[in-house]
This record gives sequence, structure tokens and C-alpha cells, in this order.
Amino acid sequence: MLDRVDIKQQLFERFDERTFTEQITADGMPTLWVGRDKICDVLKFLRQDSTPAYRMLFDLTAIDERVREHRLNQPAADFTVVYHLLSLSPVAEIRLKVALFDDDLTTPTATGVWPNANWYEREVWDMFGITFDGHPNLRRILMPPTWKGHPLRKDHAARATEFEPLHLDPKRQDEEENALQFKPEDWGMKRESGDTEFMFLNMGPNHPSVHGVFRIVLQLDGEEIIGAVPDIGYHHRGAEKMAERQSWHTYIPYTDRVDYLGGVMNELPYVMNLEHVLGIQVPERVKVVRVMLCEFFRITSHLMFFGTYVQDIGAMSPIFWMFSDRQKAYDVIEAITGFRMHPAFFRIGGLTMDLPNGWDRKVKEFLDWFPSRLAEYKKAMARNSVLVKRSKHIGAYSQDEAIDWGITGPGLRSTGVDFDLRKARPYSGYENFDFEIPTGTNGDCQDRLDVRIEEMFQSCRIIEQCMKNMPAGDYKADHPLTTPPVKERTMQDIETLIAHFLTVSWGPVVPAMESACMVEGTKGLNGYYSISDKHAMSYRTRIRTPSFAHLQQIPLISQGGLVADLVAIIGAIDFVMADVDR
Amino acid sequence: MFGFSTETLIDFALTAFETIAILLAVVIAAALLIWVERRLLGVWQDRYGPNRVGPFGILQVAADMIKIFFKEDWIPPFADKAVFVIAPGIIMFTTLMAFAVVPFTETIGVVDLNIGVLFVLAMSSLGVYSVILAGWSSDNKYALLGGMRTAAQMISYEVFMGLSLLGVVLLAGSFDMRAIVESQAGMWNVIPQFPAFVIFFIAGIAEIHRAPFDLPEAEQELTAGYHTEYSGMKFGMFFVGEYLGIVLISCLTTVLFFGGWLGPILPGFVWFALKAGFFICFFVLLRAATVRPRYDQLMAFGWKILLPIALVNVAITGAVVVAMA
Repeated sequence: MLDRVDIKQQLFERFDERTFTEQITADGMPTLWVGRDKICDVLKFLRQDSTPAYRMLFDLTAIDERVREHRLNQPAADFTVVYHLLSLSPVAEIRLKVALFDDDLTTPTATGVWPNANWYEREVWDMFGITFDGHPNLRRILMPPTWKGHPLRKDHAARATEFEPLHLDPKRQDEEENALQFKPEDWGMKRESGDTEFMFLNMGPNHPSVHGVFRIVLQLDGEEIIGAVPDIGYHHRGAEKMAERQSWHTYIPYTDRVDYLGGVMNELPYVMNLEHVLGIQVPERVKVVRVMLCEFFRITSHLMFFGTYVQDIGAMSPIFWMFSDRQKAYDVIEAITGFRMHPAFFRIGGLTMDLPNGWDRKVKEFLDWFPSRLAEYKKAMARNSVLVKRSKHIGAYSQDEAIDWGITGPGLRSTGVDFDLRKARPYSGYENFDFEIPTGTNGDCQDRLDVRIEEMFQSCRIIEQCMKNMPAGDYKADHPLTTPPVKERTMQDIETLIAHFLTVSWGPVVPAMESACMVEGTKGLNGYYSISDKHAMSYRTRIRTPSFAHLQQIPLISQGGLVADLVAIIGAIDFVMADVDR
Repeated sequence: MFGFSTETLIDFALTAFETIAILLAVVIAAALLIWVERRLLGVWQDRYGPNRVGPFGILQVAADMIKIFFKEDWIPPFADKAVFVIAPGIIMFTTLMAFAVVPFTETIGVVDLNIGVLFVLAMSSLGVYSVILAGWSSDNKYALLGGMRTAAQMISYEVFMGLSLLGVVLLAGSFDMRAIVESQAGMWNVIPQFPAFVIFFIAGIAEIHRAPFDLPEAEQELTAGYHTEYSGMKFGMFFVGEYLGIVLISCLTTVLFFGGWLGPILPGFVWFALKAGFFICFFVLLRAATVRPRYDQLMAFGWKILLPIALVNVAITGAVVVAMA
């Protein structure tokens, strides 16, 4: 509360108070509207000179305001650009908004303040058609280069059936292919230097070590990487657009598939955000079950990372052993939720169902099995001298670089920053658990590997505490907007039946609001920013994913390395393309 | 002069038969290796491996062969056609030729060249062409990078391989493989020449670019390296060529360091097969257990570690041989 007043006063002192218009949001985050002429100065001030300094550009996105009915006394705008800044210590957030109008959709770029604004601004241009003045390379990032229109605008079609049927005739195919042709000049790259002619190697989107459909074009001198241009968007499924035509409740399964290795971990920020807005207090039991399942998914995700990382380094076997172990974790998850990878188990106000009988036995079996296996992998693989040679001092970045580029999660902790949201600002009852935050020192691939291995051990500790101290109680909150509602309340009279019917078929009508919530996901900070226009579905849903930020940093950390190093770097980032492209 | 005596004819027929028998045995062994490797990897990786076709899945080899023969044999339009076609044949040819000088038992063996060791080295040098030409003619960047890696790797490791064998040659006083085996009647070379054995084996892995030294085709980095553009039987020849290489290096290790067919009670051929089989399995285990070093690390390891050891080994062995004489 204190720093909230503080930061606003600092801003008012530094700039004129009339520069800002304040907005009250449901999440209580200080939210200020700034004119576009001042925005860069304000951002610079917040990054460097304020206390706390908001060192990280956590998210940058936009909202199409044109058909929003309940604007809650906000300044007039057709489009809004939203900056979400984060201070790690102390944990503090601030949101800045810039109003833009249809006739002049332009605002200055923030790339001069934060390097990672680059991709975010490209995404905003791609999705909304907002131009950022001075941006070094404002071009489409998620949509194909040949795309017409800006998909997240409200007047853009949301369904395939609203388009003409697609005919990919040879002519069109050639056009699309030519559009994807890499031209070094577009990226300010030279084709040759002195007597060296560079080779441009197209890696992906179909390549064994790019972990999905990720394309990166390398500028090579021999095997040394001079430059790299990541190209994303091949996994873009319009997850944010889909949120605008799903009810609040039916969107939950989509969230699972954003970080598709994170399972229920994706649902947590989404449902917590809504619960906070709707004023639902979930029972203790729900919190502990959520924590337990999230930690299970942290283990399965990290295990997948470990296996694929050592496979990228050239070890063939561990991935198979880890798949077996991962399956054991999925057995537990499946016994509890009924589904392996994407259970859609959390609900607004609780869980789908209670824990099954004998769940603790299954959890115990896993805890008895897994840690010793993991210790063995650590000894055999993470300490393998060849692997260490391949990972140590490879792809290293400093704490400052990590924060500048919006790196979160294990990638940030590997540099020695002990920032873990579960400790820094506990949610869902993490404050009640005893666990440590593993950190590294060098911020290289080896540290990223080690941090994740230790995190798996810590997750086991948390799961054990969940198992031993599972509170009794309901698996759903006793609240009218819990979705789906408690069945026992149905059969009282016609009114309760109608209420139940409506809540099941539409779900809750969320009051007009804006709110954001983030959690420490498997790969970093995973956040949902929901805007409701007092409807049964969202007006705008922004998914801030860690992988997006992490991929943007690849060119910086791969320069000067060899092709083999790039493979290690890509592996150590631990991304899934669905989490990047949404 | 114009006619052959019956004796010569019979002799000729026998040699031809022996040669063909050895050729077939070696090729069949290499083909079977495909199955052996997949099953062994399965055992070590918590899974089954091919177990459906025939008893224990052994007919998988036949199924694979049939499949690969009937696959479309596609030559990319941008490739250098003639070279592209020749390249996979070279590796098969040179590896099979090298088998000519391998003495399997006291009596079995195609030819006893008095420069046997040199012949093997020469053939393995020629084998490099296969991979380089394949990488070059494919006109594919990944294949080219794979070819470049191969050139550097194989040429370097040939040096250490040759040097490591000098010690053995010094001890036996001959380049003849058979003489080398016979010189080990008292003690296998692996004991006095242990460093040479280690170097030879490592260089052998690098020569036939097997994991962990499979950098020319490192799947995670170069998709399939030099044979990215190959399909059908041409790809099959690279594949079989690799397995032939495993058999060859295993046989050479047996001959040069582990006394070839020498051993008590059991017949010579059984001893030879057991020893070679052990090394073949070891190759597979290596693949299952190791991590791939980086290209420059592999080269540094060769020139900075293997080379000095090999040189010191030659010097010491030479000194000992001279002193003993």
C-alpha cells in the first residue's frame, strides 16, 4: 500500500500531475494514463530513477476499445497501449496506458528504454495495427507476412468460417513461400565482410532441436554464429482471440494448452484472477490441491526439459528413462484429475472434483520412487564432464541482461537473482510451505540445468508437505458465482434451478473490470490480464508468457558461439512454441 | 603358360569361394547389427526395441531391407548427380576392401599382405571421400557443414590412428596382420600397448563417426548431416557402411590388440567372433551412454591429448624394442 502511494507521488513530483489520469483497477495495481508524448520519459524514469525502480518490462500489449461499453471513466480512446512494469525487489507492479485514436494510431517506441520492447511492439502492430515511431524493424511477428488485417481488432473475423474458403493453389503457395524467404538486408545484416562470405542457415521451423515449430536463421562464418534472427508464429492459434468468444468458464481448457507442458499451472493465474475479481475465497483444501498439482506439473515439465536438453547435447538414453518417470507423475495426475497433460481441473471457485480415495498412496509411491532416480540422473548426466564442457559458460548472460530482456523463472534464477514469485509474493498458500529457491551464479546453460534439477527436488518437498497436511473441507467455494455451482443447492425451488442452469450454461457475468494476475509457472512468470465488459465472456484476454521473452534474447546470447552451442542454448531456455505464439 | 593346371584352378575356386563367403558373412553381420543395436539400445533404455517380426524380432532386418529397396530413390534436382550417386558406394567399397587383410583365423582370411596395416589405413583414408563428396554434391547447407566436419575429423583422427598402430607394428616387427596376431601368442598387445589401444579405439569411433563422435551427422545440430538429402538404397548404403565400419574396427581391435583368434580350448573362429562381438556391443553401449562433444572440443582433444600420448607411446615402445634387441 505504501509504495503505491509513493510511486504515484514520485511521478507527480517528477512530472506534472496533470500528465496523468488515474484508473482504479480490480487488481489494485497502480494504473496511470499518460499522453504519448510523455510516455518514453515516464518509462525511463520508472526504469531508472524511481524507488522502487521498475527494472523489467513485464508486458506490453494493447486493447481495442472501440466497442467497449463500460469504460469505467477512463479517458477516451479507440485503442490503448498498455505497459506493464515490474520491480523484482521489492515486488511491485505498475501499469501505464496510452490512449490512441483511429486517425493517428502512432506512439513512440520504447525500444530505446527496454530492448525487449522490440518483439512486444511488433506483436502489437501485428495484432492491432498500431505503429511505433522509431521502431527498428516493425513487421509482422506472429501472423504470416502475407496476412491482411490485424486479428485482435474487434472488426477482424474470429472464426475460420467467416473467411472465404482457403485455396492453396500453386501460385498462392509460391507467393507464401517467397514471402518467407529470408533477406539479410531486411535485418540489417551483411552478406559478406571483407573476404568472408557468410552462410545463411535456415534452422527450422522443422528441425530436430528447435523444440516445435520455431525457425531461426543463422548468419554463419564457418560454424561460428555472427548473427541470428528468430522467426516465430508458426504455432500461433489465436488463443487471445478465442478468449473473446468463450465464456469465462469454457476458456479454462484453452489455457492448459498455452504452455502445453504446464497443464494446470496455466489455469491457476486465470482462475485466481477471476476469483479475486468476483470476491471468491476458495477453501484451504482447494489451495493445497492446486499447489500440489502445480508442483507435479513443474516436475513433469522440468523432467521433459532435462531429458530433451541432454538429448540435444547428444545423449540418447536419458530421455527414455525420464519419459518413464514422467509417466509415473502423470499416473498420479491422471488418478486425481482424470487426464494426463491438460486436465482443465481448476474451476472458478474451486476444483472439478474432490481428491479420489487413496490419492495419498499414489502420491507417496511417486515420492518414494522419483527423488533417488533424479539424483542418479544428476550424477550421471548433469555432472558428466562432456556435458559440463558443452554447457558451462555457454549462452551466459548477466543479471542486468536477464532483467532487461524480461527473463523470468529458472533463466533468471540461474544468474543468481533469487526471485521466485512463490516466495516473493506468495499466492494460493505458498507461504505455508517450506522450500528453498535454488539459484545459479554464472547464468549459463549449466546453471539453468542445475537450477531446474534442484527445483524438482524442492517440488517433491512441497508435494510431500501437501500430502501430509492436506486440509479437510470442500473442493468448491461456497459462493454464488462458483462455476459450475454447487449441485446440492439446485433442487430447492425453481429459482435455484434457473440460477444453476444459467451458471452452468453461461457461467458468471463478470462485472466490468480490469485485472491481472501472475504465477511462477514452469518456465517463468505466467500472467493473465483479463478485461471484462460485464459479459459472460471476456472483452480482452492478454496472456503474458515467459517463453516469448526468452526467445527474443537468443540472438544476443548465441553470438560468437558455434552451431552446437546454439542447440545447447535453445535447449536450456526450455520453451514450448505454444507458449511463445499462443 | 596358356592353360591352368587343375591344381591352380581348384586353388583359385577355393580362394574365390572363401572371399565371397567372407564378404557375405561380413555384410550379413553388418545387417544383423541393425537389429542387435536396436535391441540392445532397447534394453538399456527401458524399452523393447523391434520384437514383432520373427523370433525376437530378428527378421526386422529383412523387413528393413525390403522396405529400403522399395523406397523411392530420389535424387534432388539441385544435386551434382554423378557424384551424388557415387558417394555412398565409396564407403561400402573401401570398408569391404579393408576386410581383405583381416585374418579371421589361422586359415581364414582373404589375403595376407605384408603391408596389411598400411592397407587398412589407406582404405579408411579413401573412405573419407565418400562423406565429403556426399556432403558436397548434395548442395545442401546442412550436408555441407556435415561434410566439412567430417573432413576435419577423419583426417585428424587418422593421424592418431596411424601413430597408435606404430607401437603394435614395432612389437611385431611386421605390418602383416597375421604376423601381428602370431606375435601376441605370449601376451596380448593390449597389455604393453594399452595407451595405443585406447587411442586406436577412440580414433576408430571418430573414423566411422559413431556416437559420441557422430558430429558429421549430429541429428540435433545438422538434422542428418552429410546424408540429409539421401533416401532409399543410397541412404541404406551409408547406413550399412556405418555398421560395416563398426564390424571392421571391432575386428581390427581384436586382431591388433586382443590376439585375434588366439585363445584356449575353443576353436579360433569362436574366439575371434566372441572378441569382436564384445567390441561391437561396446560400440552400442557407447552410443547409449555418452554425450556428444562439440566439434572444436573433439579436435582439441585429438591434437592436444591423443597426439602427445601417441607420440610418447611410439618413442617408449621404440626404445624398449631397441633395448631388448
